[in-house]
Amino acid sequence: MSEHVYDVVTIGGGPAGMAAALAARKAGAERVLIIERDHELGGILQQCIHNGFGLRRFKTELTGPGYAQRYVDMVGETDIDIWLDTTVLETAAGGTVRCVSPDKGVSIVKAKSVVHSMGCRERTRGAIRTPGSRPAGVFTAGAAQRMVNMEGYLPGREVVIVGSGDIGLIMARRMTLEGAKVKAVFEIMPHSNGLTRNIVQCLDDFGIPLYLSHSVVSVHGNDRVTGITVAKVDEKLQPIAGTEFDLDCDTVLLSVGLIPENELGRGAGVAMDPITSGASVDQFRRTSVPGFFAAGNVLHVHDLVDFVSQEAEIAGRAAALNALGLLPDAGTQKPVHAGPGLRTVVPQLLSAPEAGKLTVRFYFRGSQPLGRAVIQLRADGEVVWDRKLKVVKPSEMIVADIPVSLLYGDGQRLEFSIEPLPESADDEALEEEEA
Amino acid sequence: MAQSISPRTLPAEADVVVIGGGVVGAAILRELTKYRLSAVLIEKAPDVATGTSKANSGILHAGFDAEPGTWKARLNVRGSRLYKDIAEGLGIARREIGSLVVAKTDEQLQELERLLARGAINGVPGLELWSADETIAFEPGVARDVKGALWAPSAAVACPFLATTGFADNAVRNGGKVVTECAINGFVTENGTLKAVETTKGRIATRFAINAAGVHSAQVARLAQDDSFSIRPRKGEYVLLDKSVGHLVRTVLFPTPDKVSKGILVSPTVHGNVFIGPNSFAVDDPEDHETTRDGLAAIIAGARQIVPDVPVQAAITEFSGLRADGGKDFILAPSPALGGLFHAAGIQSPGLTAAPAIAEAVVEMLADAGLRLQANAKFIPENPRRAHFSELEPHEQAALIAADPLNGRVICRCETVTEAEIVAAIHAPCGARTVDGVKRRVRAGSGRCQGGFCGPRVTAILARELGIPITEVRKDSSESYLFYPRAETIGEESAYV
Repeated sequence: MSEHVYDVVTIGGGPAGMAAALAARKAGAERVLIIERDHELGGILQQCIHNGFGLRRFKTELTGPGYAQRYVDMVGETDIDIWLDTTVLETAAGGTVRCVSPDKGVSIVKAKSVVHSMGCRERTRGAIRTPGSRPAGVFTAGAAQRMVNMEGYLPGREVVIVGSGDIGLIMARRMTLEGAKVKAVFEIMPHSNGLTRNIVQCLDDFGIPLYLSHSVVSVHGNDRVTGITVAKVDEKLQPIAGTEFDLDCDTVLLSVGLIPENELGRGAGVAMDPITSGASVDQFRRTSVPGFFAAGNVLHVHDLVDFVSQEAEIAGRAAALNALGLLPDAGTQKPVHAGPGLRTVVPQLLSAPEAGKLTVRFYFRGSQPLGRAVIQLRADGEVVWDRKLKVVKPSEMIVADIPVSLLYGDGQRLEFSIEPLPESADDEALEEEEA
Repeated sequence: MAQSISPRTLPAEADVVVIGGGVVGAAILRELTKYRLSAVLIEKAPDVATGTSKANSGILHAGFDAEPGTWKARLNVRGSRLYKDIAEGLGIARREIGSLVVAKTDEQLQELERLLARGAINGVPGLELWSADETIAFEPGVARDVKGALWAPSAAVACPFLATTGFADNAVRNGGKVVTECAINGFVTENGTLKAVETTKGRIATRFAINAAGVHSAQVARLAQDDSFSIRPRKGEYVLLDKSVGHLVRTVLFPTPDKVSKGILVSPTVHGNVFIGPNSFAVDDPEDHETTRDGLAAIIAGARQIVPDVPVQAAITEFSGLRADGGKDFILAPSPALGGLFHAAGIQSPGLTAAPAIAEAVVEMLADAGLRLQANAKFIPENPRRAHFSELEPHEQAALIAADPLNGRVICRCETVTEAEIVAAIHAPCGARTVDGVKRRVRAGSGRCQGGFCGPRVTAILARELGIPITEVRKDSSESYLFYPRAETIGEESAYV
């Protein structure tokens, strides 16, 4: 067993962990460590070989591994320590990180600041309780993606995709390009959960049908999947009798949501937001446990890695300031509420403002798709800030910088909300022009 | 460098052939290895514990249900006691957490009185009738309209997979043989007595065969022109909940039983999850393992009768199993049609509990029929102790990693299962050959991500250790291949680069 001392440790070497570590080093942390369970840095990006990454962060279109490599190179130019093939078993309050690896055995790391950046995992068939048999051929889309893109094997030849999350859409295209027949995508909601660009580029361009308001009511096959039964669902998402139909396939890929991988956070006693399934954090991405920060998909599931990097920089910098004793005390924290029309808001808490900071960046998710709408901030019921939105999609995160001057009124209740606006002829013209 | 893997070939002859690698067959094989004789178990699937033994409640019943005088009554109580002595040594996870049968009407309270009396006759220790207050004080999640309960302290939860592999590993350690992917085709007879068993891996000469083929045992009997019993598969569906709600209940909670089954229960598992189920309905197809929408809804409703706040959103998987219903009692008897063939059939609840006692009874029957039993002086009753990495102190973990670096690589994050544990499961005496086989032995993939993260890694480890390509790794059954090769190359160029 060995003991080590660091200023900042990031748990996970994906995009969040790397960006947080870089930001921490840049902000003055002397000793920074990234702990990664895989044999290379990059996290889930390494299996995302499609493009579309980095448009915001690097102003150019990159593949997942390409985006990861930029950060791997940046980390490589610093003296940040990297432990690969290392699994963290526990992060305890006080900053004690216990981890294991084949070559180093058990290591105990004492860190002044710990950044949780473990990412997320995929929701499973069991979690959505899809009835039927349990043959080979049912995979989460991400597991299938790893097999195709990293290991070089096909998870199936006649594929049905359940759920229209982005990974499912990307895999629809990927499997098609690999020579498989992707028969359909079924989404239980009346709207897609993926980015619009993915619907267009991954389904429409390949003639793959997307069935909205449809659910798989049974999986068939004893050895390998032989087919599924699908039905239309009503407004309560319950199957409508008489609408069932069968579809032959040998593979079912599930893209039915992502869940922050927060076992270590819970183990450390970090207070959680039941809606995001991530930590409740302030504007520094500081959690309820002193010295613990969170960023990336373990905090809330993002749709763009660019935002993950951005958010991790906030957490990494704050972790460094904390290690140096320069981070302002949390003081009395003020809750920020997600009101009507909003599903999530991050940060959920405001600590005392940092000197010289003029704005606080918020990330939102709408609760339902809307056309023209307005997002508003109310302080004690009075609208103090708003911004018009052309369209609201639960799958696409909304980002806004709110002036500090609006956020710190004495004892005010802060609530963000989204309200629909009437469609106007002008906007329709605008949409067409853009299309 | 991978250790070599035995090919599991069928010997030309044996003193006894056990047909079926469920918990009953495995327990019988182990019982036989206590004697100086050759015993071979044949199983049609690639692994043991793939039928009823892999999908059941995992409960070691106290034994008050069965009608006095039946095999069930006798062997349940005996089996329950046997596990108490042997479970730990065989590596069978077991926790004696007791059980409560919950009554919600006056009629059901009377039924509890009957069960109490029956339990006394069956020799069940420690039974008590509890008031509503006592029940709620012990189990605060129970329905508020409970009127009383029957407490059975000797009931336990156990891992049915580890019970089967524990018996099978120990049997192989003691000279028994397990031949997987070996299905019976027929019996070779002479003048009404058994001479050999024909299988998909060839013929094995033997004087004695034991039919422990579970839901298929009637089909096996028919191969001997024996129609003395039939099996009606009865499906039971389950929902397994995440460990994060493992505190929901502390003991096995049964409703008051009806005539057909013990009802839908809410129970901790031995590994710290909670399950609800099973329902009970007859099916025609002994291969029908589909869960149904209506069935899942029914067990959720049933579970809420006992524990109203069952957090169904914490579900991590659903599954169904088939009970081999052969009538009121176990069928433990020589075949009336073929000398040398013995049935251990119709083993439904409390089959898991009774398995080691069934094994004793069956071997006794063989002895009565002329099988010579000489004690095997070299018999080792226990399996080598295997440490569970996640349960060790840091300095113990460090020592393990120093001894074998693979102990330091965590493959299954949800259940903290290391690569060394997976490799050991594959190289055990009756080792895993499939992804689900690994899962049943060491729990890789049985946590909340259900193998989403570790599945591809376990597949790769299996391929490496078994010396086969990834495309030949199977999930569970013989043809359950997981991955295909990438698209064919066209000419010199790959079709898609």
